[in-house]
Amino acid sequence: TDKVQFNWRDALDLEGQLTEEEIMIRDSFRTYCQEKLMPRILMANRNEHFHREILNEMGELGVLGPTIQGYGCAGTSYVAYGLIAREVERVDSGYRSVMSVQSSLVMHPINAYGTEAQKQKYLPKLARGEILGCFGLTEPNHGSDPGGMETKAKYNPSSRTYTVSGAKTWITNSPYADICVVWAKCEDGRGRGFILERGMNGLSTPKIEGKFSLRASENLLPHVSGLAGPFGCLNNARYGIAWGALGAAEFCFHAARQYTLDRIQFGVPLARNQLIQKKMADMLTEITIGLQSCLQLGRLIDQKKYTPEMISMLKRNSCGKALDIARQARDMLGGNGIADEYHIIRHVLNLEAVNTYEGTHDIHALILGRAITGLQSFTVGK
Amino acid sequence: MHLFSMFLKFQHHLYCLCLPQIRVKPDHTGVVTDGVKHSMNPFCEIAVEEAVKLKEKKLVKEVVAVSCGPQQVQETIRTALAMGADRGIHVEVSGKDYETLGPLQVSKILAALAKKEQADLIILGKQVADFRDSGTFASEVNIEADKLKVVREVDGGLETIKIKLPAVVTADLRLNTPRYATLPNIMKAKKKKIANVKPADLGVDVSSRLEVLKVDEPPQRQAGVKVETVNDLVGKLKEAGTI
Repeated sequence: TDKVQFNWRDALDLEGQLTEEEIMIRDSFRTYCQEKLMPRILMANRNEHFHREILNEMGELGVLGPTIQGYGCAGTSYVAYGLIAREVERVDSGYRSVMSVQSSLVMHPINAYGTEAQKQKYLPKLARGEILGCFGLTEPNHGSDPGGMETKAKYNPSSRTYTVSGAKTWITNSPYADICVVWAKCEDGRGRGFILERGMNGLSTPKIEGKFSLRASENLLPHVSGLAGPFGCLNNARYGIAWGALGAAEFCFHAARQYTLDRIQFGVPLARNQLIQKKMADMLTEITIGLQSCLQLGRLIDQKKYTPEMISMLKRNSCGKALDIARQARDMLGGNGIADEYHIIRHVLNLEAVNTYEGTHDIHALILGRAITGLQSFTVGK
Repeated sequence: MHLFSMFLKFQHHLYCLCLPQIRVKPDHTGVVTDGVKHSMNPFCEIAVEEAVKLKEKKLVKEVVAVSCGPQQVQETIRTALAMGADRGIHVEVSGKDYETLGPLQVSKILAALAKKEQADLIILGKQVADFRDSGTFASEVNIEADKLKVVREVDGGLETIKIKLPAVVTADLRLNTPRYATLPNIMKAKKKKIANVKPADLGVDVSSRLEVLKVDEPPQRQAGVKVETVNDLVGKLKEAGTI
């Protein structure tokens, strides 16, 4: 007879809810991440070295812009995209950020809002990782309120070009990017997206900050205006982050479990102690429940039955819980927990950023609060 | 045993066999198959990779992946398809028959299938084969005219042989580095066909001539001993009678 065994690695049988294709995609990519990315990350993180070739490797595997149909992209489900994000973030949130930016914040807007010519020009190269993109929305004075952005796009009727001027900051990939999808306010007060290329007059992307002032012509993304554009991209990325953060949490949970089984103090493994077991019980629960919610969200997105609030809810939950799990895991490793060789401290630091970007924990709470009550609490006025 | 085979067709076919990770059942009557992921073993991955590479070099016309076993083996066939095989054949063997499936029955199945499909080249993972006129432990495979040139790893070093087709080759670790299945190829694999065949259809009787009396795990590895100096090491080796 088949007695069902509890599996702490997959407590609610997520595996049984995936299609064969999704399992194959996840397995193939997981192998790549563990064999090719994990060995690099310790030194890359310590020395702040960006392995540009990772984009080409991921491109070869077809994991960049995976949900896009055509243009050299795989055309998979959103659940598969989530599984991909989880596997790469299991190694490092920085690697996953690079992948998210390329897929959701550069390829997605070009695919969703661009002209056919723009798609043909950029998407296949982005899919192969031949060119790297970045997403310029955040400014030094405008993080949580992108609507207040100061970057301007002025139309020059005589030359039929735009002049985009302003400063963006905290732009992932920008020092290495070949193209930038930059959002600027036009004279009608509405924001629009522009594809800027490295080499354009006036565009500079120093480390940490990306500042620019320049002329652009065939580079307007014509099919969107207002904040719907950037938010559409952000929601696409946030969905991947909801899965990804749990991948990082899983790494920390598994690592802490192994460490506490191996480490003997007072004659017994640390894992023998109640406080340690309680922490792991909490980790197991949050990760398991979180993954179930992500799976359901992925299925809803694939059925085109989702709303942005659903994504906000899960981005917020996954990131908050993952940060907590990473911190607890760090603590369980004691002094060794602060050494980068054990990897957990790197996840702790990374997840601070992940919890903050793409909409802070609190901001997503306000999005949900507005949806629950009908009353907005973003601004002081009515 | 879970067996996985690969056929390659130049105008020929290729086979490859693989074995999975196994654990002994608590009652010592066999090995656990419930919940064991039937993944391709490393030697089979290498065999599949070689097959696909030969096809990419246009030396091979068609690659067919074959597996013998229960329903779950379809997963491994799909993986081979995702790596580049053209179609699959699932020889269905399940339940008691599967538990007692031995090398004799498998080779009969493969031989019958090879004849039916007119396979010209069979590539196997090295763990299984014990064939004559075969390029076993191959670390390099090339096709020259209508002969197969195989570099084999033997005790003394490397041996290069030329064999006529149809032939059998077993893949060793250094033959190649298997590729990761890419997303587009995984999605294409969905459309590739896997044919279902029963051993009886091939005229093969899989009933076992062997009765399994007991299955045990290998003895647990004992901890080693650490010594302080070279003299201590020599002393210990002498004690153990090894020098």
